[in-house]
Amino acid sequence: MSLPESRLDAVKTPETAFQGIELVDVEKTYGQGARTRTVVRQCSFRIDPGRFTVMIGPSGAGKSTLIRLIAGFEPPTSGEIRVGGRPVRGPGKDRQVMFQETALFPWMTTAANVSYGPKARGEFGPEALRLADALTARMGLERFRGMYPAQLSGGMQRRAELARAMMNDPSVMILDEPFRGLDSMTKRLMLEYYATYGEASQRTNFFVTTDVDEAIFLADRVLVMTHIPTRVRAVVEIDLPRPRRLAALVDDERANALKAELLAMLHEEAARAFAAGGKETADFVEAYRRHHSSPPSATRDGS
Amino acid sequence: MVNSAVAGVAESGARPRSTIGILRLPRAQRRALVSYLAALLVWQLGSTSGRWLGVELPLLGRIPAPSDVLGAWSHLIVDPGYWQSWLASSKRVAAGFTAAVLTGVPLGLIMALSPPVWDVVFPVFELLRPIPPLAWVPAAIIFWPTQELSIDAVIFIGAFFTLVLNAVSGARSIDPRLIQVARSMGASRANILTRLVLPAVLPSVVVGMEVSIGITWEVVVAAEMISGGGSSRGASSGGGLGFFIWNSYVGGSYPQIIVGMISIGIAGYLSSAALRVVAARLSRWNAPYGGRA
Repeated sequence: MSLPESRLDAVKTPETAFQGIELVDVEKTYGQGARTRTVVRQCSFRIDPGRFTVMIGPSGAGKSTLIRLIAGFEPPTSGEIRVGGRPVRGPGKDRQVMFQETALFPWMTTAANVSYGPKARGEFGPEALRLADALTARMGLERFRGMYPAQLSGGMQRRAELARAMMNDPSVMILDEPFRGLDSMTKRLMLEYYATYGEASQRTNFFVTTDVDEAIFLADRVLVMTHIPTRVRAVVEIDLPRPRRLAALVDDERANALKAELLAMLHEEAARAFAAGGKETADFVEAYRRHHSSPPSATRDGS
Repeated sequence: MVNSAVAGVAESGARPRSTIGILRLPRAQRRALVSYLAALLVWQLGSTSGRWLGVELPLLGRIPAPSDVLGAWSHLIVDPGYWQSWLASSKRVAAGFTAAVLTGVPLGLIMALSPPVWDVVFPVFELLRPIPPLAWVPAAIIFWPTQELSIDAVIFIGAFFTLVLNAVSGARSIDPRLIQVARSMGASRANILTRLVLPAVLPSVVVGMEVSIGITWEVVVAAEMISGGGSSRGASSGGGLGFFIWNSYVGGSYPQIIVGMISIGIAGYLSSAALRVVAARLSRWNAPYGGRA
């Protein structure tokens, strides 16, 4: 999986006027009457332009709901979401979402998927074609242009999706646990690749994960979310120098301190979710216990 | 692609280099041939059981032997009237089925995509659905000006409900994230319909077509028997295969009944096979060959 890093500048830099995303007292409630369920409550935060914001929280906390609200797929029950100063009224090409599992169009080839956005808007010209070619090359997908998503590996699917989103030159990329379900090696490669890309492009990124290592590796700022109904519990600035390397972070004292801090908060939230009957959280509690009872050398993966 | 190449090599390697033609066929077709031959053998032995066993076996002992049927068929094959029966029934199936596809699939899509339409249409739809197509025959004869149209209408009913339900379930199974992706890229509703919804429902629509074209063959035959097939020119004229069978029965020519029955079996088989070929063409993306995932 060699990726031509030299073509990083093939992608346009984002518009400088973008003022980020702001959530003010957002609340989201589903259902009616006795079956009402509030998923998001009193949730306020900022996604600063040109920065990498990572949202982390226990499974089932309502993170994906927040993404649907920011993307404009659903309206909040109350509160306001502003993108670039204007309230969100619906989806827009300034906000591109990459979902947990592949959402490529299964009946389109890689090339057709990548160029879908401009074609659907009737804006596909020589310039878009050049951008599509550059992005396809950057994602290492030249040889797979004519293939359907089912013929691609998980990592290739993710890269094709990234290229499809980039074609729309979004002000902010929203990623909902995008590398979940990939094998650990591919996941590491994708993470390093995405970080390299993010550092070079200066684009605004909003990345959702349940993985602390992933959060520390990518983030300028981490939003730690509470158990459902979710809101921001803490904002942690990740002041590690860039470029970062996954392998190097294992030994980094500052990174480990941040990790301990984040894990402690997440553990509390996960325990709360667990007490409330959330089934996925049992997983997290177990992983946390193991992390803290095993010697440090055992957690290294030697890469 | 690598996989299929490997499979091809394995298949040809396993194939015995026999001089007997049958053994050079692919395995599945060899088995199909064995199945046909075995069925013929049981049928031949059963139908001649009176002679070689002294006692007629139940059911099988009363039907004409395959040798008699083949004899009757060899005469019919050169009879234009027999082929006209094929043509008449095929035309009716084509007309009723096409009309059902052209109306049923769009109705199914609208019902699935628009809750108000669903709320209004579904109660009536669900009330009419259990009525067997043949129960519509008398009403169809009264309502429609010609007998031909009455038969077409009954065939239409036979295919319609299955097609609607399959289109509905196809449209309901569309991954909402795909629509969200398209919306956030600024795609119009028309674009989402043609580029996303239609390809997504295609596989289940095709399944609906395969099932419902089988039903149309069941229906056309019964409708022709009941209505007289729209022709009064005799046993082997253009009354359709159903009428052909009925007339053979009335005329006491039992081997011809079996010829008619098998003809319908072949017609149904061929139309389903044709649909499967079209389906495979249209949804190549759905069957990953040489998949890497």
